[in-house]
Amino acid sequence: MLRIPCPHCGARDEVEFIYRGDATVTRPGPDGDVGAFHDYLYLRRNPRGWQVEWWQHNGGCRTFLKVLRHTVTHEVRAVATATETLEVPGA
Amino acid sequence: MSQRFRLPSGGHVDRSKRLSFTFDGRAYDGHHGDTLAAALLANGVRLVGRSFKYHRPRGIFSAGAEEPNALVELRDGARREPNTRATVAELFDGLAATSQNHRGSLAFDWMAVNGLLAPWLGAGFYYKTFMWPASFWERVYEPMIRKAAGLGRASGLPDPDHYEAAHAHCDVLVVGAGAAGLAAARAAGATGARVILAEQDFLLGGDLLNEPGLEVWRQESIAALEAMPEVTLLPRTTVFGFYDQGVLGAVERVADHLPQPPAHTARQRYWTIRAKEVVLATGAHERIIAFPGNDRPGVMLAGAARTYARRYGVRAGETAALFATQDAAYDAAFALAEAGTRIAAIIDPRGDSAAMQRAREAGFTVKPGCVVTGTVGGNALRGVEIGAVGSGGRGDAVPADVLMVSGGWNPAVHLASMSGSALSWDEALLAFVPGAASQHERSAGACRGVNGIGAAAADGAAAGQAAAVAAGFAAAPAITLPEAPAPDHRPYELWEVKGRGKAFVDIQDDVTANDIRLAHREGYSHIEHAKRYTTHAMGTDQGKVGGLVGAAVLAEAREEPVAKVGLPRFRPYTSPVAWGAIAGGEVGQHFQPVRRTALHGVHEALGAVWMDAGIWKRPAYYPKAGDADAWASVKREARAVRERVGVCDVSTLGKIVVEGPDAATFLDRVYANTFSTLQVGRARYGLMLREDGIVFDDGTTTRLGHDRFFVTTTTAQAGPVMQHLEFHLASAWPDLDVSLASVTDQWAAMSIAGPKAREVVAAVVTGLDVSNEAFPFMAVADCLATGVPARLFRISFSGELAYEIAMPAGYAAQVWRAVLAAGAPHGIEPYGVEALGLLRIEKGHVAGSELNGQTTAQDLGLGRMLKKKGDFIGRVLAQRPGMTDPSRPRLVGLRSVDPARQIRAGCHLIVDGRSQGWISSATQSVVDPGWIGLGLLRDGETHIGSVIVAANPLMGEEVPVKVVSPHGYDAENLRVRA
Ligand SMILES: [Zn+2]
Repeated sequence: MLRIPCPHCGARDEVEFIYRGDATVTRPGPDGDVGAFHDYLYLRRNPRGWQVEWWQHNGGCRTFLKVLRHTVTHEVRAVATATETLEVPGA
Repeated sequence: MSQRFRLPSGGHVDRSKRLSFTFDGRAYDGHHGDTLAAALLANGVRLVGRSFKYHRPRGIFSAGAEEPNALVELRDGARREPNTRATVAELFDGLAATSQNHRGSLAFDWMAVNGLLAPWLGAGFYYKTFMWPASFWERVYEPMIRKAAGLGRASGLPDPDHYEAAHAHCDVLVVGAGAAGLAAARAAGATGARVILAEQDFLLGGDLLNEPGLEVWRQESIAALEAMPEVTLLPRTTVFGFYDQGVLGAVERVADHLPQPPAHTARQRYWTIRAKEVVLATGAHERIIAFPGNDRPGVMLAGAARTYARRYGVRAGETAALFATQDAAYDAAFALAEAGTRIAAIIDPRGDSAAMQRAREAGFTVKPGCVVTGTVGGNALRGVEIGAVGSGGRGDAVPADVLMVSGGWNPAVHLASMSGSALSWDEALLAFVPGAASQHERSAGACRGVNGIGAAAADGAAAGQAAAVAAGFAAAPAITLPEAPAPDHRPYELWEVKGRGKAFVDIQDDVTANDIRLAHREGYSHIEHAKRYTTHAMGTDQGKVGGLVGAAVLAEAREEPVAKVGLPRFRPYTSPVAWGAIAGGEVGQHFQPVRRTALHGVHEALGAVWMDAGIWKRPAYYPKAGDADAWASVKREARAVRERVGVCDVSTLGKIVVEGPDAATFLDRVYANTFSTLQVGRARYGLMLREDGIVFDDGTTTRLGHDRFFVTTTTAQAGPVMQHLEFHLASAWPDLDVSLASVTDQWAAMSIAGPKAREVVAAVVTGLDVSNEAFPFMAVADCLATGVPARLFRISFSGELAYEIAMPAGYAAQVWRAVLAAGAPHGIEPYGVEALGLLRIEKGHVAGSELNGQTTAQDLGLGRMLKKKGDFIGRVLAQRPGMTDPSRPRLVGLRSVDPARQIRAGCHLIVDGRSQGWISSATQSVVDPGWIGLGLLRDGETHIGSVIVAANPLMGEEVPVKVVSPHGYDAENLRVRA
């Protein structure tokens, strides 16, 4: 069970959060075509290692957070707000 | 004679406390401090169960959690508990225990004939034998297998006890309270760290309980721990899983040792423990050797026989033989000899050793270079056959009623492995030990191959201190450690003695060495495949005593080292955990919360029949005297709306305030239609798509001010829509200055619908001209209702002139009563969800059954709502050819040709003999009596006017239906605009 340090609420249990997937994909702008939206909606890297992902603190402040998590060890290394950028180690 | 195998003194039982219990209806005595297994052995009861597949007689095999055989039912009635290990069940006065898995008496089981059928019941027999014919599976094979194979019986009654969940945080969690665990907890506790020491046994001490000479140190240690305010001792607590980030799960058996839990006390407690550092001191499990007849009652682990003698003061038999591969097991022979058991022979494949010499000096008959080749006896062991190593065939028999077996010791690496530590092979111990840690954990003592009480305690003390230091505490002065010699645990490599007869590698699942070889021959050579093909190590004991032996047999067949074959992956739970503990308090009414609207009490007083809408309780309808049935009530309510006026609680709709300078821009992007053009004080129906172009939700949105909107959602999607808005605001458009607030609970709302609605509203509302000219369709304004601030919406879901009044939830009941009073002269009726559904189907409005996650706006006849200019969620992908294909199922209205013939939601719509769609919603019409519905039908428009078939194969119904426009009722919307 993960423990995620919410910048607003402090360290909280995974059960308070909702996972929302890869946070590195960005919604195409108004000019995006079907291909761009297809990739945005369906294509994921599924890395073995570090991934920046969305977690919403659903049972707390409701903020969508960016979380740097290791997909093998589940280590949570860094948490940031939506407008911040998290660097993926070794990327 | 009572307890004829009990020693007059010694051990950790209280002979002054006599406990009565029954086993298979016969009465026996035991003592406080006994397990059920110890008390049975004290009374000479050897046969305790029948095996899973072959129904072979089985006895007590171990003295702990690793027990594969002695699974019994405890208690009776609603508290009956199957498959409980007699070796860990604490004896209490009045305990009723029953043996399992036999037809007829335990001593003569008719199903033992399965043993004769063994050639057909080998590995994979379920897969092979019961394959054909397929139709036999449900009717013949499965009931037969279930009847023959199951072990214990569940009570079939609701569990009368309650269970609770608890959470704990600590600096250092120590798992296991043997010498290593006690020392670790003391060393960690001495630093001031917050320590939890969890022990599955009801006594702390582990193997110390078998060493009278070290009792002083054990008691000193417990006293020292009890004196430390930051140390919590959790006996009777099994740590069953090691999860991510230092989370461990444990079950504390709070009241299992009592006939029933005391009042207000949980039977068991399910712990979630978060530890900064973990010390695993879980000890080691002695392992079996596969030889013919190694499952006969009387065969047991050497260490178990020693524990029964030293801890419980019970002789496991009159005459014992020891079959051991290393010196560490020899203490069992000395312990039993001290207890008065005759040692018939010590059989050891090795040539010579220090322990063998001591055994000879003690006068025991030692047979070096020998192995046990078979056992003699029926339901109880009578003798042991001995032959030279590698000789094969049957050897000389020696009489014995106990055969103590020790094939070596497997460090209990389960939790270390679950934490992510890769196991490594120890060539000296012939066992897997934990590798490098991947979490904040360390193993200490026998669970990492450091054997002997003195060495384990020293290892534990070092680990405890290191853990506390890692958790940020300063090292404390060293604790005193027990002094004890370390017996040599390094075994001779002997996994199997080949011969005639069944040699079991998994005694609980009746898996033999031959089954493992069969799995290999049939291609199931990976350990994980062999496990599933044979069921090896899949029982409640998880292969603790034989798992590695099976792996070794497989390794030999594969001609590879055991280290390479490995063990199946360790997963929670290390020991069985009751469902009750997992469910905890979340049972019955507490399984999920119930949401009640502010008007719940009002509906209750009106005698509402309830319906679940998610976790909401909503009135389905309000029965009245004289209603023939539920339909009569529903139609009466709907007719009131069509002809006069009705009132309905719509508080469950989701309500979201969207506010900020960019609120209109945001709504334009999340809705398929436009909101920036909406005037203040007006409402508009909105359609929301998912990004893939499928319809997500619909509802009415009002512009309360230039930068302030009030969004409503369907009841079901209130949460998901809120999340959807929050996600896009955070991820896609963080530049928009918008804030969101859910106000679903703050506002109650009721719909007042029907030709007389305006009269009723005018009587309740003040400060507002509600005439059609001043307050037209889709108008919204603040007002007072019964003198309290309220908001009036002129919106309709029923197809009639209708209003919604929303007010702070606390005022809902008084407004409702005022509405009923004002409506009384007009014949007002409260109406429930059923009538609401009837009315919207008649009108052709879509709801959850049509917004089912598969339909596009075009499918629902709402394609024209998609704006042509500007970006919105779902815009691009809704244009994919598959989404715009005109032959997709489209919304149609349906009417049963024979008004008396019912149509049902879910029916297939059959055109020219093929299913071309389905009925999504069905009801009875009050406007034009008969059964009507909405459906989705391929090329729907082209079928309007024609008669097709609504088929329900499950009920054998085929009903002719006419396809009509879904918007047949007041197509010009004159009524809603009246
Ligand atoms: Zn938070």
